[in-house]
Amino acid sequence: MTVVGPTPRQIRRYGESGLLLEMAPGEEPHAVAAAISALSLPGVIDVVPAACTVAVTVTDPAQLGPIAAIVRAVPRGEPARSERALVELPTVYDGPDLLDVAAAVGVPVDEVVRRHSSARYTVAFVGFAPGFAYLTGGDPTLQVARRATPRPSVPRGSVALADAYSGVYPTSSPGGWQLIGRTDVVLFDPQTDPPSPLSPGVIVRFVPRTA
Amino acid sequence: MIEILDAGPGATVQDLGRPGLMRWAVGRSGAADRSSLRLANRLVGNELHAAGVEITFGGLSFTTSRPMLVALTGATGPLLTSSPRAGFATPFVVRAGETVTVGRPIHGLRTYLAVRGGITVDAVLGSRSTDTLGGLGPPALTPGMLLPIGATPPGPANVPPTEVAPVRRHDDALSLRVVPGPRDEWTDLAALFAAAFTVRSDSDRIGTRLDGPRLPRRPGELPSEPTIRGAVQLPPDGRAIILGPDHPVTGGYPVVAVVVDDDLDALAQARPGSSVRLRPLRRIPSWP
Repeated sequence: MTVVGPTPRQIRRYGESGLLLEMAPGEEPHAVAAAISALSLPGVIDVVPAACTVAVTVTDPAQLGPIAAIVRAVPRGEPARSERALVELPTVYDGPDLLDVAAAVGVPVDEVVRRHSSARYTVAFVGFAPGFAYLTGGDPTLQVARRATPRPSVPRGSVALADAYSGVYPTSSPGGWQLIGRTDVVLFDPQTDPPSPLSPGVIVRFVPRTA
Repeated sequence: MIEILDAGPGATVQDLGRPGLMRWAVGRSGAADRSSLRLANRLVGNELHAAGVEITFGGLSFTTSRPMLVALTGATGPLLTSSPRAGFATPFVVRAGETVTVGRPIHGLRTYLAVRGGITVDAVLGSRSTDTLGGLGPPALTPGMLLPIGATPPGPANVPPTEVAPVRRHDDALSLRVVPGPRDEWTDLAALFAAAFTVRSDSDRIGTRLDGPRLPRRPGELPSEPTIRGAVQLPPDGRAIILGPDHPVTGGYPVVAVVVDDDLDALAQARPGSSVRLRPLRRIPSWP
């Protein structure tokens, strides 16, 4: 584990019992969130990273001052890649938007598949639906806009692209991302503990397979 | 068992939710008006977190397979039943096969039904709440659904002859205290505090949507940020949304203020068309 810091971070108040931390230069929200979670501070309900910030919520507003002082300077513990969980997602690249994505990027379909499956992704944050992870670290040439009209129903397991993110729809839901493939891996099951293999910081690879 | 004969415009099973699971994009959910659910549970001698039914704008009708002690709290209105002691904010016995129908409330929006023993549908991730956004927990109630009831808890259940709990008033004009920020620079707080809002009819457990003067807002979007219940989000159209118990865990609209926790139960009782104002919390505790 590499310890960097202490790094003072800007903190904004987030309601009576919450804090919003802005990252110091070069910090990843998922890594800062992991470092705060690892402290197991009593009274903390959730430590939630998003694209550029981390929220910390507590049970009692009176704790907020002491907790602000701690999280402001908690050293960023960036776990070595070998210490982080790796999830491999066998993926059939036959999504309905694959041709559109190839055309938008200006390369053949095979090349889209090669670029998408060569990258090592990190779960930057979660949202949208239980088990939906925003994956960063993809090939920068594969950035595509969302579809102009969202689909009312995207099948479970659809592998999709939008902006700088890749993601997999854990359950069937409406969605506007570009669908390039599908995986059979279950990404949300409330009967298991934890309910999803994907939480912030986890590393993900897409492994091409034939249908 | 209780059998649902009619669910009205929207009834769900709710307890106090599933806190602490946001890292898997699972929100808390749980009763919108938590104090009313807790009171109903207390009246029938349940644990405060036992699951009950959250009834939205009345219309719930149910019958029981055996005599059961129940209590109704929250929004009040007409009650149709032959139970001699039926009423709001008091425990009463429903005899086997008897029907209770909760009418459309005259004040407030959400009525809570607690049954002694609690509703014991299977828990999902530690809670029996229906999360309408995340699709977790039991489905919304529909006619014909049977809800299991747990064993009678230890402790007394003395049925009093009159109301034992005060019936809370549900105002049609709310003034909610907020903590400004974290993204208040995206609007003009003076305009936020001066505005008279009304609750829109498309409000639900995900959020209370407000009509009123369009608030000034910086153009553009924020990168997604974590969201919390009570957050006042400002979409590009300048019409504020106050996030409810089934809110998404991250979102791109700036949060310009957050309603204090103690005022969220009152907001959960705000009917479409009722008026809402926001004012700053007077004493915001400082920190180092």
